[in-house]
Amino acid sequence: MAIVDKGAAAGTDEGYFQLARAHRIAAAVVDPEIPVLTLEDLGVLRGVERRRGRIIVKLTPTYTGCPATQAIKLAVEAALAEAGMANARVESVLSPPWSTDQITEEGRRKLKEYGIAPPARGARAHSLFADETVPCPKCGSAATAKISEFGSTACKALWRCEACAEPFDYFKCL
Amino acid sequence: MSVAPAAPKQKRASKAQAITQGDAVRSALFNYVLSLADDALVLGHRLSEWSGRGPMLEEDIALSNLGLDLIGQARLLYAYAGEVEGKGRGEDDLAYLRDEFAYANLLLVEQPNGDFAATMVRHLLYAAFMHPYLQAMQTSADARLAEIAAKAVKEMAYHVRHAAEWVIRLGDGTEESHARTAAALEELWMYTGELFEMTDDERALVGKGIAVDRAAIKPSWHATVDRVLAEASLQRPAERWMQGGGRSGRHSEHLGHLLAEMQVLHRAHPGATW
Repeated sequence: MAIVDKGAAAGTDEGYFQLARAHRIAAAVVDPEIPVLTLEDLGVLRGVERRRGRIIVKLTPTYTGCPATQAIKLAVEAALAEAGMANARVESVLSPPWSTDQITEEGRRKLKEYGIAPPARGARAHSLFADETVPCPKCGSAATAKISEFGSTACKALWRCEACAEPFDYFKCL
Repeated sequence: MSVAPAAPKQKRASKAQAITQGDAVRSALFNYVLSLADDALVLGHRLSEWSGRGPMLEEDIALSNLGLDLIGQARLLYAYAGEVEGKGRGEDDLAYLRDEFAYANLLLVEQPNGDFAATMVRHLLYAAFMHPYLQAMQTSADARLAEIAAKAVKEMAYHVRHAAEWVIRLGDGTEESHARTAAALEELWMYTGELFEMTDDERALVGKGIAVDRAAIKPSWHATVDRVLAEASLQRPAERWMQGGGRSGRHSEHLGHLLAEMQVLHRAHPGATW
C-alpha cells in the first residue's frame, strides 16, 4: 500500500507523518455492511497521497453496484475531517479490479468468527460452472449446501450447514 | 484582398483535418459507450421491477442483486460517456434526460419481464453474450473501457451461472415450467440477432482496437446457449427473421413506458437528491 507524497511538504518528516496518519485512519474505517472488517482487511485501500496540498485516499470498489461504496467514501472523509484533515478526498480507482483474494488473512479470520464463510481462494481461476465446497464457519463441516447464490448484500451467498443445521452467509468469490 | 501564403494554409488544413478525425473518433466512442450503458441500465431497471415481487424471497434478492450489478456498470459507462462527450453531461443527465429515440439499447433488454421463465431466458441470452464480450474488452485499446470490463466481467460470470441454472431447472422441470420456458425462448429468439449487429461507429472502433468485434463472440455465445438448452431439454429455435432497430433508436412500445417510470422523478424535480 503506497504512501506517495508529491506536495510541498514532500520529503519532510511532518508531511510524511501526516500522510501515514491519514493512511492509518482510512485503513481503520469499517465496512458498513460487515462491521468487523476494516478497509485494510477488505483490501480496498489502494494508497494515500498528497496532491496540491490535498490528501487523496484511493479506494477501489468491490462490486460496481455496491451501495456501501458511497457510504464508505463518506465515512473515510468524515473520519479524516474529524482528525483535522477536512480537505481530504476519496478517489475511486478501478484498475486493477478488486478481488476477494485481496482480503487479508486477518480479514478472513474475522469473517469466519463473525459467522461468514471466507471466500475460496484463487478467484481468478474460478470457472463458470464449477461446484464449490464451502466449509461451515460455525462447525467446520464440509457437508453444506447452497441455498441461494445471492444473499443480503451483493458480495454474499446464502448457504446451509447439513451437520449443524445452521444457515450461514458465504462471502462469494469475485 | 490578400492571398494567404500556401504553406501555412496547408498546415491549417491538415490541422483541421486532424481535429475532424479526432472529433469523429470521439463521437463514435461516445455513441458506443452510451449504447453499452443503455443496455446495462435498461436491463438493470427491468430486473429492479421484480423487487418485492420475486417468486420467492431468495430469488427476489437475487434479481435485485443482478439489477444492482447492471446499474453499477451502467453508471461507470455513463460517467465515461459524459467525459468523452466533453459537454458537461454526467451520468444522471444521460440516464434521465434522454428520450426513447435517443436510447440505443438492444431490443432484447427492454422486453417486459413476463413470467419468471421469460426473465431468466432473457437474462441467459444477454449474459451468455456479455460474459465473453467483456472478457474480450479487457484488452481494448481504450484503457478506461478495459478497466470497466475487467470489473464487470467478474460479476457477469455470476449472471450467466444464475440464469443458466434456472433455465435448466425450469426447462427440465414440470410440464408447465418447460412449456413456459420454451415459449419464452420462442418469443425472445428474434431479438438475439441484434447482439451481433454493429453500427458504423462501432465498426470504426473495432478497427482501432477499441470496440469488440461482435461476430467473434458468436461461437462462444452459441456454445453456452446450446449447452444450457441441451441440459434443459429445450430446442434451440429455428433460424428466423431477426428484429433490429434498437441501436438506431427504433424501439418496441415497451421502452417508452419503462423510461417514463424511470425518469419521472428526475424530470419532475430536476437534480433531486436524497
